[in-house]
Amino acid sequence: MTEMTLIEAIRQAMDEEMARDPNVFIVGEDVGIRGGVFRATVGLFDKYGADRVIDSPLAELSIVGVGIGAALYGMKPICEIQFSDFIYPAYNQIISEAAKMCYRSNGEWTVPMVIRAPYGGGIGGGLYHSQSPEAMFAQVPGLKVVIPSNPYDAKGLLKSAVRDPNPVIFFEPKKGYRLIKGEVPEGEFTVPIGPARISRAGTDVSVFAYGMMHYYALQAAEKVAAEGISVEVVDLRTLYPVDRETILASVQRTGKALIVHEANLTGGYGAEVAATIAEGAFTDLDAPVRRLCGPDVPGVPFSHPLQDWFMPNPEKISSAIRELARY
Amino acid sequence: MDKMEHLDLYRQMVIIRRVEERAAELYQQGKIGGFLHLYIGQEAVSTGLISARRPEDPVITAYRDHGVAINCGISAKEVVAELLGKATGCSGGKGGSMHMADVTKNYWGGHAIVGAHLPIASGLALADAYNKTSGVTICMFGDGASNIGYFHEALNLSKVWNLPVLWVCENNQYGMGTAVERASAVSEMIQKASGYGMKGVRINGMDLMEVRETAEKMMAEIRAGSGPQFLEIMTYRFRGHSMGDPERYRKADEVHQWQENDPIGIHRKYLLDHQIATEEELNQQDDLAEKEVQEAVEFAESSPEPAAEELFKHIYVEE
Ligand SMILES: Cc1ncc(C[n+]2csc(CCOP(=O)(O)OP(=O)(O)O)c2C)c(N)n1
Ligand SMILES: [Mg+2]
Repeated sequence: MTEMTLIEAIRQAMDEEMARDPNVFIVGEDVGIRGGVFRATVGLFDKYGADRVIDSPLAELSIVGVGIGAALYGMKPICEIQFSDFIYPAYNQIISEAAKMCYRSNGEWTVPMVIRAPYGGGIGGGLYHSQSPEAMFAQVPGLKVVIPSNPYDAKGLLKSAVRDPNPVIFFEPKKGYRLIKGEVPEGEFTVPIGPARISRAGTDVSVFAYGMMHYYALQAAEKVAAEGISVEVVDLRTLYPVDRETILASVQRTGKALIVHEANLTGGYGAEVAATIAEGAFTDLDAPVRRLCGPDVPGVPFSHPLQDWFMPNPEKISSAIRELARY
Repeated sequence: MDKMEHLDLYRQMVIIRRVEERAAELYQQGKIGGFLHLYIGQEAVSTGLISARRPEDPVITAYRDHGVAINCGISAKEVVAELLGKATGCSGGKGGSMHMADVTKNYWGGHAIVGAHLPIASGLALADAYNKTSGVTICMFGDGASNIGYFHEALNLSKVWNLPVLWVCENNQYGMGTAVERASAVSEMIQKASGYGMKGVRINGMDLMEVRETAEKMMAEIRAGSGPQFLEIMTYRFRGHSMGDPERYRKADEVHQWQENDPIGIHRKYLLDHQIATEEELNQQDDLAEKEVQEAVEFAESSPEPAAEELFKHIYVEE
């Protein structure tokens, strides 16, 4: 076991997959010589060369477009979108092309591509460097959407994503890149795409979260445990397809559900989780389902206090848990 | 240009330089968060260009926008306050470094999504064309932006519709860590313009007078109905792409060589050689600039943070 940061785990996953499979390559803006703006690909250019760690022009549509084409033809591209905020020029390629290839060809065409994109706020990035657009992808059949919350899962899930024969959107909580550390075993392992994970067992309230908010949810759970509230934390990890079973089983145990994400509330991923619970665990509920999300405003503002008011954090999560527990 | 204007433009460049230097300090002290892109080295580009503009000409640019904001008449106070995210900043602290704007100055801002503002510039110009008003839109962007689809759609459309736009590519030879030759099929951006049948001119952006005179001429032609034109201004950013850039992609020698070509020094020499101003008068302008920026920093630091309810304001038009 080695302790490493989230971003180190991501880098290691790419390194191992490139070593394992010569068809795996990386393409994106400044991923080569510069090693990526967040330094996710540092060292890979020197190790695998310019043919496999490809610096692209500033052109997201084409980064994804060439990824799709190469994937159709048997390659395993890892496309890096520098910030998830810049993914929209490629949205058409992802939604109308990548997601539909297999279906429209009756299973003949496959797109084994990964799109990695750092997401989320809390780093002072302002409106265009803080977005959490996962809900816009997690409602598109044909795509898989994954968000890791810790180094172990980041490595295991990214390796699974590279090997997956389908397009996988891999959103990475950038605030956690160096903040979130954890043990990662040496050698080969993967974490399957699909299942959620109960990261803390509890009996009073279930908290559903992913990415950075999962990290905060664990802190909140720890805090309220001292006050006698037993929280079960579920790391959703794969947003699409949805692991409804794990969600429902948890609510059946606790009778109370809190869903946390930093993307804004309305139409957010939490709505899907809440609807899942309403449909499948209605009679188990002891309290209304509660969502703690980013507010319905167009972006994360730049000013520090405004950003703080925007972002969910361990304190806000703790108070939401307390309220639910009291209900 | 009369002497007053000469001194004024010189002072604007110095103010931009000082604002950027102070911004770097404030960033290092943790008072500015997020991402900060400095304009040091490129001051003559926006100062020369914007000096050729009339108030009715809309200006729109990318995220390296502090200098342009100042040239468009936003005070150093409001710029620095915005950098600190204060309520007194030109966007009330909501925008920050990359998103300065002021509609009263006909300045349509900084834009952080590279290339996304080019089609919008075509729209500003369409409105002028539609209303048969005399405005010419000035749209500034980097060399890197010329590789994204937005650029190509916007240029093509502006030509087909004969829109009054001056496309201004600030070619500082790098898009983040990628040199122009590694990202663009042609290294002269005017070649791209010529692909869309547009007149293109390529000039030295370290020389304020060259920028000013070229821009004036092109703006006049566009105003007279020439349709869009393309101005490629060769320049160099003396600092990293943003704060904290390790700059592994370029050699220290190259940077030093360009730093010898300091646009402020070049213009200072021009003013002295042509006996437009004396050493003393220029030093006086330096002092004025220094003082203005010092006051701006004090103003910004002592300004209030935005109130919590600002988070929910202006999502829609308030009626
Ligand atoms: C659509 C989009 N892709 C990527 C980025 C990240 N990014 C910001 S600036 C930049 C380089 C732009 O270079 P250039 O246009 O030459 O402007 P310069 O920084 O040199 O002024 C990149 C890749 C972005 N902001 N938007
Ligand atoms: Mg550039």
